[in-house]
Amino acid sequence: MVELDIVKNDDMEMLLKDISHLYGYDFTQYSKASLKRRLNRICMLDKFTSFAELRYRLIHDSTYLSRFIEEITVNVTEMFRDPHFYATLRHHILPILGTYPFIRIWVAGCSTGEEAYSLAILLKETNLFDKTLIYATDINPSVLEKASKGIFPLNHMKQYSRNYILSGGKNDFSSYYVSMYDVAKFHSNLSSRMIFSTHNLVSDSSFNEFQLILCRNVLIYFDKDLQNKVFKLFDDSLQPLGFLALGAKETLRFSNVEHHYKQWNEDRIWKKIS
Amino acid sequence: MKNRKATEILLIGGSAGSISVLLEVLPHLNDHLSFPIMVIVHRQAHPESILEGLLAFRSRLPVEEAYDKMILKASRIYLVPADYHLLFEDKQMVSLDYSEKVNYSRPSIDVTFQSAAQIFMGHTTALLLSGANADGLEGLRCIAQQQGDVLVQDPDTAEIAYMPQQALLNLQVDAVLKPREMASFINQLSTKY
Repeated sequence: MVELDIVKNDDMEMLLKDISHLYGYDFTQYSKASLKRRLNRICMLDKFTSFAELRYRLIHDSTYLSRFIEEITVNVTEMFRDPHFYATLRHHILPILGTYPFIRIWVAGCSTGEEAYSLAILLKETNLFDKTLIYATDINPSVLEKASKGIFPLNHMKQYSRNYILSGGKNDFSSYYVSMYDVAKFHSNLSSRMIFSTHNLVSDSSFNEFQLILCRNVLIYFDKDLQNKVFKLFDDSLQPLGFLALGAKETLRFSNVEHHYKQWNEDRIWKKIS
Repeated sequence: MKNRKATEILLIGGSAGSISVLLEVLPHLNDHLSFPIMVIVHRQAHPESILEGLLAFRSRLPVEEAYDKMILKASRIYLVPADYHLLFEDKQMVSLDYSEKVNYSRPSIDVTFQSAAQIFMGHTTALLLSGANADGLEGLRCIAQQQGDVLVQDPDTAEIAYMPQQALLNLQVDAVLKPREMASFINQLSTKY
């Protein structure tokens, strides 16, 4: 099924201005094409028959905002997504980070936490877990709530297990969680080095200095100007010789910080060189 | 006969059995077309996809995988990357999107067809090839509603007829094409020769 097309461009601009004005969430520099699909989708899910209904609800019911933020942002993610990427982290990047006395990693736009847990498993297996802190942030408090629990649908485990093995994992993937009915609950020990916090890449500033920042499949939802702004934020948050990891189809090329970075082979990982 | 508008984007969507059609059609396209071509085919996500190279080998037009915020150019063939939806921001720029699968598919043909219909309106031309699911049908409907051109592969020539058949059963299509007719049809859509 394709979504309805009841939200027009002018409507969208107006709504985004309202939300920014009333609630301080600025979506005006999000990619319009994706955002429009999400707006049409939320109208369908919550049975608004017109755009005016959605706008009325948002303006007059502040409790609806969290639902809106949750549905307007894309929260599709996977454990060990792009196994080759995790293999590079495991075999090349983490050994470099292991030379530091203390490692700080930022998972920006962590959604429901699948990448943070994948990292935690990698860190365990490379014996770096105890000297690492993973800062997992997202604009959306309700996904962070889910992330902190480490509970994922059991029917995804087959795929995740395959990804894990392809990424170079040698253990039995199921040793990291217990199955309960239709969910897999990952051992709470894995989240013991994670710090969950809301952070809005549009409006919040740098809050620490990291050796590794992961931000995968988040920037595709931003327009060029906002992408550049976020690259600047990451640049301010990475220590010299730190690494920035992007999604499989995202790039630092053509960005305003490109010249400070060197790409790691063909991988979507860039090293800060100046 | 409707009063058709000049093609500003050509979309080609397909699933099982569509690659062989592309390989047959691409070598016969003119090396100057007045519009870009966006190809959406269902395939497995794989880091080193050979499809781009395979199509490029057969095509006189440059073939490249579309990337986020890419600027479209005429006379080029773009391939939607595996595991992403492709949307049009405007007539020049595309975005990638990693949201939920549509029709169990990412990329979904419907998603890109619908997005093109919203941006290019009646200047959209779309061709639906062989395939085993109904992805593409709703997208073609959107394009037809905007008075764009809707083309389908002749189901008798399709390895898997279901996809073009669904379009023929449900929509008024502008042309039903055999693979050997497709290149010259596409060449004629171009405003410069």
